[in-house]
Amino acid sequence: MATDRNSFVREVAEKKYEYGFTTDVQTEIIEKGLSEDVVRLISQKKGEPEWLLEFRLNAYRYWLTLEQPTWGHLKMPPIDYQAISYYADPTQKKKEQGTGDIDPELMKTFDKLGIPLEERMALAGTAVDAVMDSVSVKTTFRDKLKEKGIIFCSISEAVREHPDLVREYLGSVVPYRDNFFAALNSAVFSDGSFVYIPKGVRCPMELSTYFRINARGTGQFERTLIVCDDDAYVSYLEGCTAPMRDENQLHAAIVEIVVKERAEVKYSTVQNWYPGDSEGKGGVLNLVTKRGHLRGANSKLSWTQVETGSAITWKYPSCVLSGDNSQAEFYSVAVTNNYQQADTGTKMIHIGKNTKSTIISKGISAGRSQNAYRGLVKIASTADGARNYSSCDSLLLGSHCGAHTFPYMDVHNDTAVVEHEATTSKISEDQLFYCNQRGINTEEAVSLIVNGYAKEVINKLPMEFAVEAQKLLGVSLEGSVG
Amino acid sequence: MSAARQYIDFFREVQGSITSRSCAEMNAQREAAFETFAAQGFPSQKVERYRYAKVEADFSPNYGIALTPLTGPLPPYCFRIADAASHARVIYNKVADTTDSIVALNSMLSVDTLVVHVPRGIRVEHPIQISNILKGEHDTMVSRRILIVMEEMAEADVIITDRAASQSRFLTNQVIEVVMKDGSHLSLYEIEETHLLCTRYSSVFVEQGRNSSLHHTCLTLFNGHTRNRLDVRLQGEGSEVTANGCVIADKMQRVDNNTLIDHQTPRCQSSELYKYVLDDSAVGAFAGKVLVREGAQKTMSKETNANLCATRSARMYTQPMLEIYADDVQCSHGSTVGQMDEAALFYMRQRGIDEREARLLLKAAFITEVIETIPLESLRDRLHVLVDKRLRGELSKCEGCKLCK
Repeated sequence: MATDRNSFVREVAEKKYEYGFTTDVQTEIIEKGLSEDVVRLISQKKGEPEWLLEFRLNAYRYWLTLEQPTWGHLKMPPIDYQAISYYADPTQKKKEQGTGDIDPELMKTFDKLGIPLEERMALAGTAVDAVMDSVSVKTTFRDKLKEKGIIFCSISEAVREHPDLVREYLGSVVPYRDNFFAALNSAVFSDGSFVYIPKGVRCPMELSTYFRINARGTGQFERTLIVCDDDAYVSYLEGCTAPMRDENQLHAAIVEIVVKERAEVKYSTVQNWYPGDSEGKGGVLNLVTKRGHLRGANSKLSWTQVETGSAITWKYPSCVLSGDNSQAEFYSVAVTNNYQQADTGTKMIHIGKNTKSTIISKGISAGRSQNAYRGLVKIASTADGARNYSSCDSLLLGSHCGAHTFPYMDVHNDTAVVEHEATTSKISEDQLFYCNQRGINTEEAVSLIVNGYAKEVINKLPMEFAVEAQKLLGVSLEGSVG
Repeated sequence: MSAARQYIDFFREVQGSITSRSCAEMNAQREAAFETFAAQGFPSQKVERYRYAKVEADFSPNYGIALTPLTGPLPPYCFRIADAASHARVIYNKVADTTDSIVALNSMLSVDTLVVHVPRGIRVEHPIQISNILKGEHDTMVSRRILIVMEEMAEADVIITDRAASQSRFLTNQVIEVVMKDGSHLSLYEIEETHLLCTRYSSVFVEQGRNSSLHHTCLTLFNGHTRNRLDVRLQGEGSEVTANGCVIADKMQRVDNNTLIDHQTPRCQSSELYKYVLDDSAVGAFAGKVLVREGAQKTMSKETNANLCATRSARMYTQPMLEIYADDVQCSHGSTVGQMDEAALFYMRQRGIDEREARLLLKAAFITEVIETIPLESLRDRLHVLVDKRLRGELSKCEGCKLCK
């Protein structure tokens, strides 16, 4: 029985990361290393205007003055910034042949990932921007969206076609001086998505970006900018995977969201970067700055994230609530297994009157992983009647993992009400016994209980993603029982 | 570094006179402490545990430094370190965090240590009260050191009060080390009623053996700037700690409570309850960490911090943290910042209680939760009176004690 069980566990462990394949496609990769010349080269390859090059160079020069921060509850392998190639273009072949078609190899890759790029095959109701390495491969349903005046394209195209919009908003939420990784990204960012929803428009379909790292020895530095004008609404999804490699690949992205009066943005992430093998070798270092600025009154922003991948996750999707009566929500499930480490959470900065925020965070740690929630709730003295409710629960599966909670609350206003609660526990013997008694084996019972535990967050995801996220939770935890 | 410089120079100048007034155990630690302090200086706000303290500013005024040993008759079980039993004496500076520069500064400048030593199996009937009275014409800094040794199965209540009898500026840097052997019980109370010009840095370090239990209560009723640090290491299985505290602050007062409960062994319990009432431009901070080490299974831990801000300019920073490396545990923490219940206020006003009185009653009720946890009845009654007076603004100076008058 014991061997049976072991072989089953091994089988599961081996098949666990099913997106770990690589695509053999002709990719143009620039020389490794980072210098002003590299920044100029990236800018030149993308045919950027002078102001953007200037922005990149300023960011690069500022980055040089900074040191990598160490305050996270993480054991970070040293990153050699000169050993990374900052630009990899897998669409090389198409340019050489001079045709507009996408390399069938690339089409196949995205098919395999479940993201068909042909519109007739695509999931109804979701427009996708597919980004591989440093370049956006294709954006679907663009024309249909254009009819409504919605702009959904890669950020490089946006720079060419809508320079005024990009110039107005780029760096307005996350300036390049924000932090070490934001400065790095601002210097070398490649593709990402740009979304503009005009006044009063309700985006008819889910917008989605799928990020894929493929080439070896590269990092991904995408940049996403979402602007939602007065009374508009958009729901945006982000997904990501990478091949299995024994090196640590760096992913340092920036997401900026601007929400204007009475507008609403829903941003959902299912993060499934390669987490490294069961020995803790390899895996993506996910060091991302995500921030939304609720500029208008009565605006709303909701972050939902399911974090199952990455060797190291270090990110705090944040909200700056400056519009009066604005509302922000943060729902997160972070799962860590084997040697994964996560230090994630959110920041809610209340500036406007009667602003409201909710934080629901669920951490699940298994194996030898470390999972930390770190969050800041700041109520400025101007934020009369601000309200925050935070709840962070941690679930421990195994006696070698860790679950940590570091909430910070800074309250500068007497009319604010801030509440925080957290619990840490394991799956109780009673619950398992109850399931076992009814013929559900332990493995399935754990998955059942974990899914129930995470339901509050999963329910906030759009339909297609919810199903995927539920599957992911099952897969990430298999083999970790006992 | 400039504030640290004056202490470094001072120490070099008077080292000989400090050493001659002190004893061998304390002198043995002095040089190492000096090196630690000289190397680190005062911690800045970038140091996580000093995030909410302004150490440099608190220590920079020019104080006269008191270097007087303990005098006069001491109550039972209390000794000057030179007269204490040798196995108690050697514990000096073994429990404290010697890498901390505030502790190092204390080890540098303290000339005497009050040792409370309760022998095996002894239950001390009456509470031991240690009154610290700050009195003097000039601005003075005091380095105070207390060592409490509870032998197996010993039981005692220790009350430490801080008072100021004159209106000069005072800075107290206190280090209390507590060793609790198996099965011992200690209730330790710290009550501060000083004035706006007083600054207090207190670092309490506790090591607990099997089945020992500690009840620590820290009450800040009136002060200038206060920082209280409490580190408890639960080293023996089945040990328990209750750490409670309350703060009433207004004007420009600042109070920072920083706790670390370190669960090192299985089946230990900890519970924390801290409550703050902040008025005017007072600043409150609470940072409490519960650390559950690998293997510390069946840990039960509960941490609660509730705060009442009464004005717009009052500020509260709260940071309840959990760091857990064992799976079979039950840990929870909760933290709230809010204001008075308008419905309760309305209810009282409807019944003819004027608004000022109603608000006062609500604040007192809020604090009462902490006071009610105190096992010592007489102290509880006294504190109810003190809190009521404090909230009415009548307690801005020490009263009722013969020594000050």
